[in-house]
Amino acid sequence: MKPPALAERVGEHLPDVWQSRGEVTVVVPRGELIDALVRLRDQPDLAFGFLCSLTATDHPGKDPRFWIVYELRSVEHAHRLRVKVGLAADDPHVPSVTRLFPTANWHERETWDLFGIVFDDHPDLDRILLPDDWEGHPLRKDEELGGVGTRYHGAFIPPVDERTMP
Amino acid sequence: MSTGQEMDAARDGAPTVQTPVRDRVTGEVRQETMIINMGPQHPSTHGVLRLLLELDGETVIRCKPIVGYLHTGIEKNTEYRTWVQGVAYVTRADYLAPFFNELAYCLSVERLLGIEAPPRAQTIRVLLCELNRIASHLVWMATGGMELGAVSVMLYGFRERELILDIFEAVTGLRMNHSFIRPGGVIMDLPTEGPRMIAKLLDDLPARIDDYERLLDDNPIWKERNVGVGVLSAEDALAYGVTGPLLRAAGVPVDLRRDEPYLGYETYEFDVPVSTDADSYARYRLRVTEMRESLKIVEQALDRLLAEPGPVMVEDPKVAWPARLSVGPDGIGNDETYLRHIMEESMESLIHHFKMVTQGVRVPEGEVYTAVESPRGELGYYVVSNNEHRPYRVKIRDPSFVNLQAVPTMVEGGLIADAIAVIASLDPVMGGVDR
Repeated sequence: MKPPALAERVGEHLPDVWQSRGEVTVVVPRGELIDALVRLRDQPDLAFGFLCSLTATDHPGKDPRFWIVYELRSVEHAHRLRVKVGLAADDPHVPSVTRLFPTANWHERETWDLFGIVFDDHPDLDRILLPDDWEGHPLRKDEELGGVGTRYHGAFIPPVDERTMP
Repeated sequence: MSTGQEMDAARDGAPTVQTPVRDRVTGEVRQETMIINMGPQHPSTHGVLRLLLELDGETVIRCKPIVGYLHTGIEKNTEYRTWVQGVAYVTRADYLAPFFNELAYCLSVERLLGIEAPPRAQTIRVLLCELNRIASHLVWMATGGMELGAVSVMLYGFRERELILDIFEAVTGLRMNHSFIRPGGVIMDLPTEGPRMIAKLLDDLPARIDDYERLLDDNPIWKERNVGVGVLSAEDALAYGVTGPLLRAAGVPVDLRRDEPYLGYETYEFDVPVSTDADSYARYRLRVTEMRESLKIVEQALDRLLAEPGPVMVEDPKVAWPARLSVGPDGIGNDETYLRHIMEESMESLIHHFKMVTQGVRVPEGEVYTAVESPRGELGYYVVSNNEHRPYRVKIRDPSFVNLQAVPTMVEGGLIADAIAVIASLDPVMGGVDR
């Protein structure tokens, strides 16, 4: 399905849908996520049975602070859809989708590792890229970056976010 | 994936607990399993992959892949660099397919900007990517062959890859990590000797590929090690998000170049090889066939480049890299006439150069996901812009990372020696997995 038709079709099930730059995005409330994904997967003309990617973005000071982003694809129809779920800063929990898409396992572990998002009912929510004893979640925007000390008169190279940025 | 307590204990360095195992044939219960680490420092784990294996004799009962040893924070780094500098970071992720990383990133940035690279730039991108696909498959064949004892194949694979890297060096100045594809096009046109070198490769390589096939296709040891090994069904592959040669070898004909054409791939003639055997041998056959198909595309792209000249970067001075580059006696650098222009003739040009190099382009707010067919499958870039001079978020959906999740399914129940063949046929590149 081409993006305009796809947006319209998805809109029949999920109202908060829009189209931009040839891509269709739909926002669903956290409580309806699993339901929505099942419906998107089981409609024969949508058939979003393939989860390509899963990640998060962090927007401190905004509500919702976190967006969880699911990139779906239909192998049969070769069309794509982005599903987004917003999470509040003080409640970064979202249901795991590993039962629907086993491939989500490592994606969710990575998102936990880097963003500190808790995927409820995940079978093995462990760090995956960083060492087990790492503290913090480095892709959060408020994570401290750390600079570099030098041997010259105690000079200190400030972390990259404190240098003058263009 | 199995996650027994004893496996976690093994990971933490504690003594392992033995579990009773029921023999599938005789039904007797035994207490003789052993947990070993394969990797991260192991010659046949393609870098720093670590497999936690629970063995009953030679049989793998459970397998847990552990990754992260090569994590360098590429995604985070891009958030503090300009949009153009991002190219130099992402090209280092999957280091055997640098052009694909650059391409997927730049296509994302271009979609956010609402621009398209000129036709000649697109053709050069196709040409380089397909050469890169062959080079990557050659490394797969070389390392995979070596791991299964076919040492001649290792020498041949790296020998032929060198021919392609020579072309890359002549075109981009670098053998790997080229940063050659940029938002808006490519940094420069092919050098004068480029077409001749590529034509020579097109003459030489088919016969070499014939040699590999003569050496391996009916080789009894090669077949013994690969036929029926590491079978991954289409259902399992789709459930685990597996793409690329593994998925096509399982009978699912997904190739983004054909299904969601980019760079004008719909105008090239090529076949997408598919197999239904779903084993290591099928993947070997499929990749060799893909090399031939890539050569077909390279030939067509070269013809187009010879047919008509044209710009290789968008005209818009607010997007295009300002410097004109050329190959001088000491490699690729700023063109002399361009340097004279900004240093001696035009103050405005100097200011523009300075602004573009230090700040670069401002990209309008939005988010895109762009996927290309890399040698290992769907390489996707989810890029978010906040209307700034640098990305807000760059997520790399690397095919090796996702494909590795299918390893336990392919390895468990088989022999430990077959685990080597399975990893080899999966062709993971840890730079992409760990990013």
